[in-house]
Amino acid sequence: MTQPQVILEVRNLKKSFPRVQAVDGVSFQIPAGRCFGLLGPNGAGKTTTIEMIEGITRPDSGELLFKGKPIDSSFKSQAGIQFQATSLQECLSVRETVEMFANLYDKQADLEELYRLCDMGEFLDREALKVSGGQRQRMLLAVALANDPEILFLDEPTTGLDPQARRQFWDLIEKLKARGKTIVLTTHYMEEAYALCDEIAIMDHGKIIARGAPDQLLRQYFDTVTLVLPPGGPALAPEVRNLAKEILDRPDGLEIRTSQVNQTLQALIASQLDLSKLQVRSSTLEDLFLHLTGKELRES
Amino acid sequence: MNLQRFLSILSARNKEFLRDYSAMGWNFAFPVLVVLGFSFAFSGKGQDLFKVAVVGEPTQEIAAQFLQLNYVQRVAKPAAELEDTLLKLKRHQVDFVIAAGQTPEKVSYWLNESSPKGYLLEKLLLGSVAESSRTQVAKGTVQGKEIRYVDWLISGLLAMNMMFSALFGVGYTIVRYRKTGFLKRLKATPLTPFEFLMAQIFSRLWLLVGSTVIIYVGCHWLVNFTMLGSYLDLFVVLVAGALCLISVGLVVAAAIRSEEFAGGVLNLLTWPMMFLSGVWFSLEGSPDWVLKTAQLFPLTHVIDAARSIMTEGATLAQVLPHVGALAAMTVVCLSIGAAVFRWE
Repeated sequence: MTQPQVILEVRNLKKSFPRVQAVDGVSFQIPAGRCFGLLGPNGAGKTTTIEMIEGITRPDSGELLFKGKPIDSSFKSQAGIQFQATSLQECLSVRETVEMFANLYDKQADLEELYRLCDMGEFLDREALKVSGGQRQRMLLAVALANDPEILFLDEPTTGLDPQARRQFWDLIEKLKARGKTIVLTTHYMEEAYALCDEIAIMDHGKIIARGAPDQLLRQYFDTVTLVLPPGGPALAPEVRNLAKEILDRPDGLEIRTSQVNQTLQALIASQLDLSKLQVRSSTLEDLFLHLTGKELRES
Repeated sequence: MNLQRFLSILSARNKEFLRDYSAMGWNFAFPVLVVLGFSFAFSGKGQDLFKVAVVGEPTQEIAAQFLQLNYVQRVAKPAAELEDTLLKLKRHQVDFVIAAGQTPEKVSYWLNESSPKGYLLEKLLLGSVAESSRTQVAKGTVQGKEIRYVDWLISGLLAMNMMFSALFGVGYTIVRYRKTGFLKRLKATPLTPFEFLMAQIFSRLWLLVGSTVIIYVGCHWLVNFTMLGSYLDLFVVLVAGALCLISVGLVVAAAIRSEEFAGGVLNLLTWPMMFLSGVWFSLEGSPDWVLKTAQLFPLTHVIDAARSIMTEGATLAQVLPHVGALAAMTVVCLSIGAAVFRWE
């Protein structure tokens, strides 16, 4: 299989605001048709990074290349953009809002088809400011797709949605991936990145601290499985400690990371601990983030 | 400028405004209510005073007794201002004019044929002149409808309503768009600031012109005010005024992010204009600094021009200096507004 062409390239991008270096030398390449995730806690520099690509924020230094050429004003007509928070005009219906944005572009998507894709039939004629959170995000996605863009930027698109609405939104992104759209997504939900992204970059303090396909990253950093015992149990036997690579006493339980699962389980059974509430899980991107930065994603 | 993008923003803004019934209703109701209020307040008989303009020094031998009557307010005017004074008589700003005749021993007087006060004053004058001197008195007449306060006020109210609607309607709306992040979203599209600002201007312009026409017709039906000039001239003046006031709103809205701050600035602009542009009372006789300051206000030029057309029948050529001032202010404000405009 041939490597797809790089559609977007970011080289050594920097941006500082008074008293904070928001983005500090970020570089990455995105192949066409892939979903690229920028992960990190609030304030990591994700939004600043994609707003520099979108032309909303001017970088202090660095290069931005779209299809090998420096990004200029024509990029706006080829990109679809969904901000973290967008306010719309009052008193306009959902349909009128999407139409208004579509009319700002020379090239327009087939809007009726777009409404079907985003499953907007039931609220097309409702007032745009009065739809539910999930409907609103689907409408904003339709706005971002109104110019039938080659590349789509989604900044925390599911923040604040309930789990069902989030799943529905993920299904929608999968459909867009199937149509070959390149997607740049920021999120602080690790499971979202895992579910949607072909490649991720983890950001913290304005820098990319790890990059790769989610599974590859997990394999690279973890060859372990995590056993979780409920909190407040008796001390672990020395055999168990010897088999563990890492033991973390976290509020939701005692985590034992090990690459020798069978032996560790046998040692646990031999030490006659109550294992009725034992959980076994493989490492997640949350663990990876914790491992890389020493802090929990949501708290930071 | 891309017409499709301009029209897209224009039509969205129009819909947003037209569907905001409370704001729109207020735009129409407010001026009509003010006119109604004033027409009731001034529908009584008015002052019972007779106002006589004494031009130059008419001979005391004949006029002495007349000029010493009680309840007659006398306004002295130099002989050179006879023409001006007769114009005032025509507009019922004075009731009677008395002046020196062609020879010093003679007296001339003028009255407005449609003024009952003039008729009474003539009887008083002639009654006070001795039979033998009657031949020394020459009569002149002018004709002209009375200009009531309401006739005079209407141009000020139309312009004032335009000012509020232009400054708050444009200024406040754009600041709100900026604060909520709507402008930031537009920045991510190919829309240019020029196209966006033009759409805002035209959306407000047709609205201002439309609402002014409706208010004009409504008030005319209610109080039947005087309109002596040409409708086309008045229309040109009002469009020039609307454009100028909208551009002032754009300057305010160009970079401010906070609605509260914008509200403060807009009040700071509108209140002095409301009192120092001659909406409610004539600035004639005000201190020099007031008159000079008033010339800086677009509203002064709109009102002066519209009032001259409506109550004096002035032509566009006669009010051209005002229209020119408005055009110049529009260009200056638009340039500033476009130069400092920020999406965020």
